[in-house]
Amino acid sequence: MTFLEMVDTYWVFFLIGRYPHGPLGGLALTLLLASAALVLALPLGLLLGMCRVSPWRLVRWPVTALVFVVRGTPLLMVVFWAYFFLPSITGVKTGQFTTMLLALVVFDAAYLAEIVRAGIQSLPKGQSEAARSLGLSYLGTLRLVLLPQALRHMLPSLVNQFVSTIKETSLGYIIGLTEVSFIATQINTQVFTLPTQIYLILALTYFVLCFGLSRLAFRLERRLSERTRRRPAGSEPQPMTPRVPA
Amino acid sequence: MSDFDVSILLSGPYHELLLKGLILSLVLLGVTLLLSLPLALLIALLRLSPLAPLRTIAWLFVESIRNVPLLAHMLFWYFGAPELLPESLREWLYGHSFEAIAAVVALTLYTSAYMSEDMRSGIRAVPRVQFEASRALGLGFLASLRLVVLPQALRVTVPPLVSQTLNLWKNTSIATVIGAAELMYQAAKVETATFRSFEPFVFATVAYLTLSLLITGLGAWYQRCHPVRAI
Repeated sequence: MTFLEMVDTYWVFFLIGRYPHGPLGGLALTLLLASAALVLALPLGLLLGMCRVSPWRLVRWPVTALVFVVRGTPLLMVVFWAYFFLPSITGVKTGQFTTMLLALVVFDAAYLAEIVRAGIQSLPKGQSEAARSLGLSYLGTLRLVLLPQALRHMLPSLVNQFVSTIKETSLGYIIGLTEVSFIATQINTQVFTLPTQIYLILALTYFVLCFGLSRLAFRLERRLSERTRRRPAGSEPQPMTPRVPA
Repeated sequence: MSDFDVSILLSGPYHELLLKGLILSLVLLGVTLLLSLPLALLIALLRLSPLAPLRTIAWLFVESIRNVPLLAHMLFWYFGAPELLPESLREWLYGHSFEAIAAVVALTLYTSAYMSEDMRSGIRAVPRVQFEASRALGLGFLASLRLVVLPQALRVTVPPLVSQTLNLWKNTSIATVIGAAELMYQAAKVETATFRSFEPFVFATVAYLTLSLLITGLGAWYQRCHPVRAI
C-alpha cells in the first residue's frame, strides 16, 4: 500500500473513528474530550483556587494538600486510579471516555487552581484592602473586585492549559480510548508497512492544533500587556466606563 | 476490595518487580537529565544567537516538540523511527532493550525543548548592558556569556529547571506505553498477576509522590540559599 492509498483509505477513520456506524473516535473525540475536560475543570479549579487563598485554615489546608498530591503524581497514575477504582466504588463499569474525562477534570482542576491562585495573588494588595474598607465582605471582594481582574490576566494561561489538555488526552491510549493516537496505532497495525509516515502524520496533527492555539495565547498575552502599559502607572486594567449599579 | 496486604510490597517476587521498576524509572530520570541539560543549553544559545538562520532552526525545534504530546513522541521513536535505520543497527537495538532507549530519546528531546525555553528567559533576564559592557571590555561572545551572563542567569534559571525536572519525573511514567518496564508498567503487571490493584498502585503513587516532594523541596532550598539578586 502506498502512502497516498493509505491516506485515502483511512482519513475519515483518523478524523472521526467509526462514527456513523459506531462510537465517535479519532481527532473529533480528542477535541471533544479536551473541551469537555476544560469546561468541567474550570468551575472546580476556580473553587479550589479560591480555597487556596482562603483566610480559613480549615479550607486552605486540605485543598493545598490535594493540589500538592495531584501535582506530584503523573496523570497516568490518576488515570489508573480512576480506571481500576471507580468500578469497585460505584459498582458499575465506567466507560473509557468517562474514566478519562474524570481523571482529566481532577488533574486539570489542580493545575487551574494554581493559575487562579497566582492570578488573585498577582493583584496589588490595595485592591482587596480598598474593597474591604468600602464595606464588601470577603466573598463579595473576591467575586466583585478580585476575580474579574484576575480572570482577565488568566486568559492566556487558560488557553495554554487547553493546549496541555489536548496533549494529555493522548494518555487515553493506555486505557483503550479510541482517541487520535489510538486510532493512529490501529491504522498502523492494519497497514503495517508505513509506521514512520503514520506517526509523523499523528505528530503533525497535534502540532497544527496545539501550535495554533499557543499562538492565540501569545497574541492574547501581548494584547493584554499593551492594554496595561497604556494606562497610567498604578492603575489596573479595567473597563473604560465603570458600570454604575442600578 | 479486600484488606490492604502490605506483605506483597515488602518481600517476594512482586516486591522485586516493583523495585526493579522504580530503579528503571530513576535511571530514565537520571540519564535523561544528564543528556537534556547540555542539549537545552545549546538550543537556548542558538535561540539567542546573532545569526537569524540558527535562531529559526532552534525555534522550529522547540515549537515542533512542545506542541506534540510526549506519547506521540514515544510512539514515533519506538514504532516509526526504526524504519529509517539500517537493518544491522535495528537488529542491535532490538536486542538491547530498545523500549528504554526510545523512551530516553523521546524524553530527552521533550525535556530539552522545555528546559531551553527556561534557560533562554533566564539569560534574557540579565540586562543587555551587562553583555554589552563585557563585550566593550574586550571579552568575546562566548566568553562574555560564560563569565558574565550565565553565572547571573543561573540563579533565575534553576527554579524553573527544577520544576521541569519534576515534570520529567512524572513523564517517565509515559514510557509504559512502549513497554519500558518502569514503575508504572511493573505496577500494572503486578496488578494483573495478583488481582490486587490497591497495593501496587499505592506503592507507585507513594514512590512518585515522595520523589516529587523531594524535588520540590530541593527547589525551595536552592531558592532560599541563592535568592535572585536585583541587578
